[in-house]
Amino acid sequence: MASTAHQPDRYFVPDPSSWPIFGSIALLLMTSGAVLWMNKLGSGAYVLLAGVAVLVLMLFGWFGSVIRESVGGRYNKRVDLSFRLGMGWFIFSEVMFFAAFFGALFYVRVLAVPDLATPDNQVLYPGFSGQWPSAGPGFKEMFTPMAAWGIPAINTLLLLSSGATVTWAHWGLLKDNRGQLKVGLALTILLGVLFISLQAYEYAHAYQELNLKLTTGIYGTTFFMLTGFHGLHVTLGAIMLIVILMRVLAGHFRSEHHFGFEAVAWYWHFVDVVWLCLFIFVYWL
Amino acid sequence: MEAAHAHESGTGHEHAHHRAGIMRWVTTTNHKDIGTMYLWFSFVMFMVGGVMALIVRAELFQPGLQYVQPEFFNQMITLHGLIMVFGAIMPAFVGFANWMIPLMIGAPDMAFARMNNWSFWLLPVAAILLIASMFVTGGAAGTGWTLYAPLSIQMGIGMDLTIFAVHILGMSSIMGSINIATTILNLRAPGMTLMKMPMFCWTWLITAFLLIATMPVLAGAVTMTLTDRHFGTSFFNAAGGGDPVLFQHIFWFFGHPEVYIIALPAFGVVSQVIPAYARKPLFGYASMVYATASIAIISFFVWAHHMYVVGMPVAGQIYFMYATVLIAVPTAVKVFNWVATMWRGALTFETPMLFCVGFLFLFTVGGFTGLILAMTAVDVQVQDTYYVVAHFHYVMVAGALFSAFGAVYFWIPKWTGHLYDERLGKLHFWLSFISFNVTFFPQHFLGLAGMPRRIPDYALQFADWNAVSSAGAFVFGFSQLLFLYVVLKTIRGGEKAEARPWDGAQGLEWTVPSPAPYHTFQEAPTLR
Amino acid sequence: MTIQWSVKRWIAGVAVALFGGAVQAAWDFTMREPATKLARDILDLHNLMMTIIVVVFVVVFGLLSYSMYAHRKSRGHQAASFHESTGVEVAWTVVPFVVLVGMMIPATKTVLAMRDSSQPDITVKATGSQWKWGYDYLKGQGEGIHYLSVLATPREQIDGGAPKGEHYLLEVDRPLVVPVGRKIRVLTTATDVIHSWAIPELAIKQDAIPGFVRDTSFRAEREGVFRGQCTELCGKDHGFMPVVVEVVSAEKYDKWVEDQQKLIAAAAGEAGKTWALDELKARGAKVYTANCVPCHQATGRGIPGAFPALDGSKVVLGPTAGQIGTVLNGRPGTAMAAFGKQLGDTDIAAVITYTRNTWSNKTGEAVQPAEIKAARAK
Ligand code: HEA
Ligand code: HEA
Ligand code: HEC
Ligand code: CUA
Ligand SMILES: [Cu+2]
Repeated sequence: MASTAHQPDRYFVPDPSSWPIFGSIALLLMTSGAVLWMNKLGSGAYVLLAGVAVLVLMLFGWFGSVIRESVGGRYNKRVDLSFRLGMGWFIFSEVMFFAAFFGALFYVRVLAVPDLATPDNQVLYPGFSGQWPSAGPGFKEMFTPMAAWGIPAINTLLLLSSGATVTWAHWGLLKDNRGQLKVGLALTILLGVLFISLQAYEYAHAYQELNLKLTTGIYGTTFFMLTGFHGLHVTLGAIMLIVILMRVLAGHFRSEHHFGFEAVAWYWHFVDVVWLCLFIFVYWL
Repeated sequence: MEAAHAHESGTGHEHAHHRAGIMRWVTTTNHKDIGTMYLWFSFVMFMVGGVMALIVRAELFQPGLQYVQPEFFNQMITLHGLIMVFGAIMPAFVGFANWMIPLMIGAPDMAFARMNNWSFWLLPVAAILLIASMFVTGGAAGTGWTLYAPLSIQMGIGMDLTIFAVHILGMSSIMGSINIATTILNLRAPGMTLMKMPMFCWTWLITAFLLIATMPVLAGAVTMTLTDRHFGTSFFNAAGGGDPVLFQHIFWFFGHPEVYIIALPAFGVVSQVIPAYARKPLFGYASMVYATASIAIISFFVWAHHMYVVGMPVAGQIYFMYATVLIAVPTAVKVFNWVATMWRGALTFETPMLFCVGFLFLFTVGGFTGLILAMTAVDVQVQDTYYVVAHFHYVMVAGALFSAFGAVYFWIPKWTGHLYDERLGKLHFWLSFISFNVTFFPQHFLGLAGMPRRIPDYALQFADWNAVSSAGAFVFGFSQLLFLYVVLKTIRGGEKAEARPWDGAQGLEWTVPSPAPYHTFQEAPTLR
Repeated sequence: MTIQWSVKRWIAGVAVALFGGAVQAAWDFTMREPATKLARDILDLHNLMMTIIVVVFVVVFGLLSYSMYAHRKSRGHQAASFHESTGVEVAWTVVPFVVLVGMMIPATKTVLAMRDSSQPDITVKATGSQWKWGYDYLKGQGEGIHYLSVLATPREQIDGGAPKGEHYLLEVDRPLVVPVGRKIRVLTTATDVIHSWAIPELAIKQDAIPGFVRDTSFRAEREGVFRGQCTELCGKDHGFMPVVVEVVSAEKYDKWVEDQQKLIAAAAGEAGKTWALDELKARGAKVYTANCVPCHQATGRGIPGAFPALDGSKVVLGPTAGQIGTVLNGRPGTAMAAFGKQLGDTDIAAVITYTRNTWSNKTGEAVQPAEIKAARAK
């Protein structure tokens, strides 16, 4: 719809695009590769990697078009609002994804583990006490649960301050203060990377010294799955922040038109809130 | 709400921008093209899932093992359930949404037209994974569409393919729903307030919310299954402190809203069709909106009525019983409103209306058996029996599928510019209506007599009704060939349709010419 | 399956489809004859609810049908234009609500009655495994009795090679035996996947969850054999996992318990004995048929892709310790169960000996119960 460029009052409808089908091919490769790899069949890992490569290509291509269209001024106020609504719904869906895992955690802590220790159940698991933290009646080794007030507490501080720095950067953008924007963003990225590194260190510590693994019964399961998915989101968020910083350096955003920046900032705050819940329910209580 | 004048877009200087041949469909960002693809995909999946159902019914025609082995039978019911729900019914309604919502609200296209393309093109990927799972060692997942752990942990490679298929279907649904919700919230023509939108848009807005809220939960459930299978986690393993029942809770937290995801857009279609042929506005528009929203909200709090016999505390059983029957109240409001819409109208019974009236009768039968199932004590007798199978085919086949047929007949003049063959359409309805009841009504009796579901072979006392049911199923199946024929015939020719082929139909979609031009409402229409 | 027979069935099916009620007199329409008070209450509750529902249906769709007849355009009816009425809408929100509240009162009472499993006379544990039930009498008369209960219908009947018997698929080698009029508490659990222990006449359906113990109870009012089935999809032979309860008089039950205890004593006597190869093989053949055939098949070839062949298997032909370990402890995460929890030492020794000396497997070794005992102790 070449005509749209001349009519900025019209809602922008993109031209036909090949990027989606690249995305589909990527997912087909990734999933079938992963299936082969998990079942130790053939060269699954390579298929998986090929899929990832296509996905990265597609992301570059697709977001490339989006950035071009955005910089080309083809997104009017209404398109901007669509993006906001869309991002809001997307974050909501992410919230529900984490809700499933938190739900699992609450369920095993409040119901499943105590149930395994009821008098009736002693027929199956004599002597099991049902106290949290627990790795279940079948897990015979010793393990140490993760303490809250060491690295996790530091990480909480790191993420909270990164929430502040990204907001500070946003203020800079609103005031057209480029310096504040760049410094704020760079600081946020730095804090994020620091967080990820500490998290990696903590995992190594858990595996090597605490005998706390993904396979350590339900405690290890919920601990690593929840913090792991969160860590993955922080990593993605950090990558997105880096992209945004690069776009800032390229001079892409204006004080009245910078949805890309805001979307990532929202995402970052969301990841932040998830961490608070993790800190309270996984580490602390 | 009617546009002041038929819109000129698409008729003059505008011409269709699309590539030629197959690449048109692969790269398109046009909501009508994408809607068409959704609908065809859905029909193909309906045939695949239907053939699987017929394999099941053939095996169940008489006691003993005749045609298939038990493990293959289990794979058939699993794929039948998954393909019908995720491949046939849901895409059909997304297809209607794509085609009609922009026309109904006066939008130039969907809010995210490029992402819309991806939502569709993820579906074939998921379908490939599901179909491929039949051909790997060990075959497809044989767990039932509910994928219960720990049976799912035992399954072979087919299970992994199924899990990823579910992930991808979830992505598709979430993106599709974000698109629909954003379009409805942001792209309405000036003057089209939320409370003036056609009912179909409302039901889809609420459905989109349900999808965005629950598909990630399902993704979580199957992810846990995946890690339990391959990475040694213990979510569903009691020895590790997990619980198989946890899977059921998470699944049904998704699964129950899911059944309303199937039902609500169907309600929307019925709310468009009935006023058109009653020549009378929809009765109780506002209460319809509130009822739909209440159904959606209550649906989050009733999930464990699928789990009455897992051994939950008695307080839980009673709570879930109360919450479940509560849903009957807003549903009752909807049924009564439809009846009141028809009351003292000027009724005619063209095919779409027949399907919607058929829907009214049979969906209510299914709703009522739902109430019986909701009584915890009665459910103990019929849980996991054919009574449940009868219940959900009444609400999903006579409910959702019938209303989808109604929708196709109702809107096909707008899509193709031709009127369908009314005589054949009516024949399709009557064949479907009768054979549907022959197939599924006897299953109530089987269930009450105690025949479990998901069994390839059964005791002799169940033989008679099963034979009837199988006979009905084959008639029902072949009747759908007639539908295919009517649709193809309408696409290829037939009487020219006017912009508004139904004299009682109201709304913006009927102000654009038939067939609808490739681009519509590039300038927002003005509402009177 | 003769073609003729299936043609007849089709014709019968189609005839019924077309002519409705005429032939139906003999066909089942509702629940089976209750054998407990609870089952009767549930049937009554169901009938009451059905009555209410049919009345509501007739009223609502009576009106609709009248409208479909009277308000047709073809009869010249003109459309009215009303489209809302707060009063009416409130009324038909409140009325269903009230009807539902009315329905919930008897429904709640029945649920409460159903879940009362206090003060049982006898407590039995029913353990579901793919695809059989294990019964342990835990408390009360018969304490200590333990056995497995497996489908007794011969394979030929299923495959159509022999005419189907009266209780086709609903018969087992050893039913659960309980006395009439006494309260029986059933604890359900499972070893592999979820099963469900269900008997319609007793109004019981209770899932058996691996690793968890759930309970239910019944008090049968009349003697008889009550037949049900596993009702939770549990894999390949889910349809071939009947639940059969034989309710007998108090005297018969006394006698039965006595017989069982004699059997237990006899088995204990065998414990230290050394068995001959042929003795073990003969006993092993029975154990194999009851426990291993569903997966590894009578031919020992298994089902490619799902269940490995034992005929020629490296494990079976390898050192005995390896196979004893596999059978005792199973293979976690696969369908291969830990049979050590289900079978006694003698049976395990017998079935291992059998697999090592049947089909093309000819190791000539006899595995003794003592070896199993030793392996368990490890
Ligand atoms: C479109 C899908 C759909 C819809 C709309 C419904 C609607 C309802 N369902 Fe159904 N259900 C399924 C799809 C659906 N269901 C599926 C797929 C399963 C099985 C899943 C599986 O195990 O594989 C299932 C299973 C299922 C169970 C579990 C059974 C079991 O496994 O033991 C239960 C139990 O409570 C239940 C209840 C209900 C109720 C109370 C409603 C209510 O919403 C119905 C409300 C409607 C009415 C009541 C009729 C109209 C009302 C009036 C005319 C008003 C007057 C009436 C009175 C006041 C009495 N359903
Ligand atoms: C909306 C979803 C939907 C739809 C439309 C259907 C449609 C049908 N279903 Fe399905 N069904 C489910 C959803 C659906 N079902 C679910 C969720 C389950 C539970 C699965 C589980 O237990 O996990 C189930 C389970 C289920 C069972 C129980 C299996 C068991 O428990 O053992 C049976 C048995 O009769 C059955 C039958 C049928 C039949 C005969 C149709 C017919 O309506 C189908 C008719 C359609 C066709 C036949 C295809 C079109 C026809 C042609 C193109 C003609 C040419 C082809 C031929 C004639 C071969 N279904
Ligand atoms: C529910 C199905 C099932 C039943 C019943 C069953 N098995 Fe198995 N068995 C399996 C599966 C599945 C495997 C493969 C496990 C794996 O992949 O490691 C297996 C593996 C084995 C093996 C190892 C074979 C090899 O080559 O790796 C032996 C030996 C064996 N079973 C013996 C038995 C005996 C003896 C019985 C009866 C007492 C029995 N099984 C009952 C499913 C079953
Ligand atoms: Cu055991 Cu089904
Ligand atoms: Cu439900």
